[in-house]
Amino acid sequence: MRAEAPLIEVRNLSIAFAQAGERKAVVERVSFRLEKGRAMALVGESGSGKTVTAQAIVRLLPQPAASYPTGEILFRGRDVLKMKDAELREMRGGAVTMVFQEPMTSLNPLHTIARQIGEIIALHHGRAAATKARIVELLSEVGIVDPASRLGAFPHQLSGGQRQRVMIAMALANRPDLLIADEPTTALDVTVQAQILTLLKDLQAKLGMAMLFITHDLNVVRKIADDVIVMQKGEIVEAGRMANVFANPQHAYTRALLAAEPKGDPPPADKSAPAIAGAKDLRVWFPVKRGLLRRTVGYVKAVDGVSLEVREGETVGVVGESGSGKTTLGLAMLRLIRSDGPIAFLGRAIDGLNSRAMRPLRRDMQVVFQDPFGSLSPRMSVAEIVEEGLIAQGTKLTAGERRRVVERALADTGLDPSSLDRYPHEFSGGQRQRIAIARAMALDPKFVVLDEPTSALDVSIQAQIVDLLRELQKRRKLAYLFISHDLRVVRALASEIVVMRRGRVVESGEAAQVFSNPRDEYTRALFAAAFANEAIPTGAVSQ
Amino acid sequence: MTELTSRQDVNGRNDPRIKSGDGRDVSGEPAPPQERKPERPWLRLSPMNRRRLDNFRRNKRGAWSLKIFLVLFVCALFANFIANDRPIVAYYKGELLFPVFVDYPEDKFGGFQAQADFRDPFVADEVNAHGWMIWPPIHFANSTTILNPPTPLPTPPTWLLSDETCRVALEKRGVKDAAAVVFPCRKLEPLWLGSDQDGHDIVARLLYGFRISVLFGLTLAGISSVIGVFAGAVQGYFGGWLDLAMQRVIEIWSSLPHLYILIILSAILAPSFFVLLTILLLFSWVSLVHLVRAEFLRARNFEYVNAARALGVSNTRIIIKHVLPNAMVATLTFLPFIVNSSISTLTSLDFLGLGMPPGFPSLGELLLQGKSNLSAPWIGLSAFAATALMLSLLIFIGEAVRDAFDPRKTFS
Repeated sequence: MRAEAPLIEVRNLSIAFAQAGERKAVVERVSFRLEKGRAMALVGESGSGKTVTAQAIVRLLPQPAASYPTGEILFRGRDVLKMKDAELREMRGGAVTMVFQEPMTSLNPLHTIARQIGEIIALHHGRAAATKARIVELLSEVGIVDPASRLGAFPHQLSGGQRQRVMIAMALANRPDLLIADEPTTALDVTVQAQILTLLKDLQAKLGMAMLFITHDLNVVRKIADDVIVMQKGEIVEAGRMANVFANPQHAYTRALLAAEPKGDPPPADKSAPAIAGAKDLRVWFPVKRGLLRRTVGYVKAVDGVSLEVREGETVGVVGESGSGKTTLGLAMLRLIRSDGPIAFLGRAIDGLNSRAMRPLRRDMQVVFQDPFGSLSPRMSVAEIVEEGLIAQGTKLTAGERRRVVERALADTGLDPSSLDRYPHEFSGGQRQRIAIARAMALDPKFVVLDEPTSALDVSIQAQIVDLLRELQKRRKLAYLFISHDLRVVRALASEIVVMRRGRVVESGEAAQVFSNPRDEYTRALFAAAFANEAIPTGAVSQ
Repeated sequence: MTELTSRQDVNGRNDPRIKSGDGRDVSGEPAPPQERKPERPWLRLSPMNRRRLDNFRRNKRGAWSLKIFLVLFVCALFANFIANDRPIVAYYKGELLFPVFVDYPEDKFGGFQAQADFRDPFVADEVNAHGWMIWPPIHFANSTTILNPPTPLPTPPTWLLSDETCRVALEKRGVKDAAAVVFPCRKLEPLWLGSDQDGHDIVARLLYGFRISVLFGLTLAGISSVIGVFAGAVQGYFGGWLDLAMQRVIEIWSSLPHLYILIILSAILAPSFFVLLTILLLFSWVSLVHLVRAEFLRARNFEYVNAARALGVSNTRIIIKHVLPNAMVATLTFLPFIVNSSISTLTSLDFLGLGMPPGFPSLGELLLQGKSNLSAPWIGLSAFAATALMLSLLIFIGEAVRDAFDPRKTFS
């Protein structure tokens, strides 16, 4: 049953941005069509032009800067690029609506959610249509629990998932024909992400609307899309039915994307290996102070009684959602923040040592942070960054010897040693993460805390970094504490895992066992969300 | 400078040994190649700084202000060669003399004074008879008084005098046939902007006054930045009780009425360049502390600072290598404005008669004279113009620097 004209037809569309006097094409000769009632996914890595393409459909791009050298966008046969402002406004928020990535900044923090939803109804159907009953109906449609009592809530009083639900309610308020969702789940935790995806899929089927879903995550595509378009560097490299594309990818880039998933198995847990680092009943409590005398009235328990042990050549994966205290745990293990409870390192209690006494030990314990853009000082060359630890540790090396150590560390991490005198901004995200790893490896440590080292990277790069880490571990018998919310990466690296929630350990044990047979209800929900994007309807996860 | 040269040593770019070996052609992971060639090889700027420099250059007003200011400042630094009461070089009886650098006794030229006054017609004629002299363009130093002024002091600029006045003045100096001279005023010693009430040439006065003001401003701004950055750095980086205590001290300190304390102190202490510098320093170091402290509070939680801590880098080194460069942007942006306020404080103290000791060339003192000699508008007008020009130039430079460092601002 084909409709007479497609809902959206993009023909030969090119988009260019004016930049320092030149026009730079970001999207080149893109064509696709989206039929009524179908879900289409636009996939690609950052910078591939997928968001720009989607925003062009409602002409949201900044007008003088962005221009359209070729092509047309037909919405029910009318060219969007030639529409008048009044027509455009009528279309936006009415027939076509959008949901953005970051729900906190998409909502006005000063207005209640009822007012914000009411406003969008009133804009298109007049004040009279924006009744309380209608708003409650919309909120319950998007699965907000007890919507009537939530009407007066401000955005900051809602969780991230609830905010995104409110955004979806606003997008659905006028029963659009097309919903454009721009990475709507990327900023959310996995369990919440699964809930939102399920919600969107259900609503799409129920309301019979079309959906254009922009994402970099192939698992999300698999869950939600009928058709898929793969973009790379502003061009469509592959398009077709989702099942066909996934089963039989034609283009090399699509194949690379599909193969990019971190693979490989961790070394089996070896109980006899010597323990490198360990903690018992570790607590990091931040005092909450109130009143004139700043008396401590309570504590934020970031890490509350966690025990773990990392052995030589092994990886302990710490998983959990944002705010579960995993990063704090990592920092506490390195004695970078204050904590209570014994911490042992190389058979020595280090919890009482001051920063001066810690300094020589830092040689054997290193850390790699999440953001490769923030963790390298922009004002230092690669050589200076990598050799800083050698200088700080007082190793008596000459400048030439240091340079050789740095070169070796760079070579070990797969970087060209001749890039020694470049500055971090000249490198891509993946290369920067390699530099950060080289900095940690230059000191030849025994224990490395990896704090979400792959989260800021594109999928294909993630797999490379995981391989690199595993390779280094094998060669140097390193002990890793691997912190991540990404369970796929953890599964590829960790021999043991610790599942954390709200500062406490929910479940821990050998990775193979926990992954195959999770005992805790929360762990099960987490795994279902992460591996299958399934939302398990239990009370174990919050909205 | 040392940092630049040492970097070039390690760089190996100019090193033939590395060039002849391979190692250059190895291309592992492709990194964006550096296409642009550095215009000046000695100036290796990071792209961020290059952008800032370009932005500064594109701001026409600021760039021109900087050029004009630098020309004026260099002129003022060499004021002794531009306005002086003694020749730069003199040749007398087969001997080359450098009166700018050396004080010669007058008995060398047949007089009896301890120091030769080359403006004295007696000495001048003697030297000219047995050799030659090369004078600076202006024959006055800052405290040279004019001999035989054509009018009662303060004397107006010579181009404002009437022919009769000039003829009388020439006659007084013993010029024969003064009445027959066509342009008598051109024969007089030129006073481009007239003289002040003590008979000093105002051009010389302004030149020397400008020099002392700018040097004072720069020194004060420099020292107070060093102290301010240090205090802010310690507070921001370590935080906690230290920060709290120092914040309160600074709050109390900066709520003291500065001007009154300055007046009291300068009444007790005999004012001189360094006494004034110290007194003003007591209060001016505070202005940067908040800024630097805020930058440090922000930067101490940067991931690369945390990474350095994890490497075991000492606090001092972290502050200097990782955090300070961030704070330097804020400091550099503020510096022209601090120089400006230092200069205006000095000028206002001079104007109140509490600044530099009498006899020092100072713009404030000249302004005061202008106020008390309203019938001689050339004093007040030239002092005002010079002060206004100097302060405006500095403000324009400061604005351009600030905008150049602003990442959101672009000039097309």
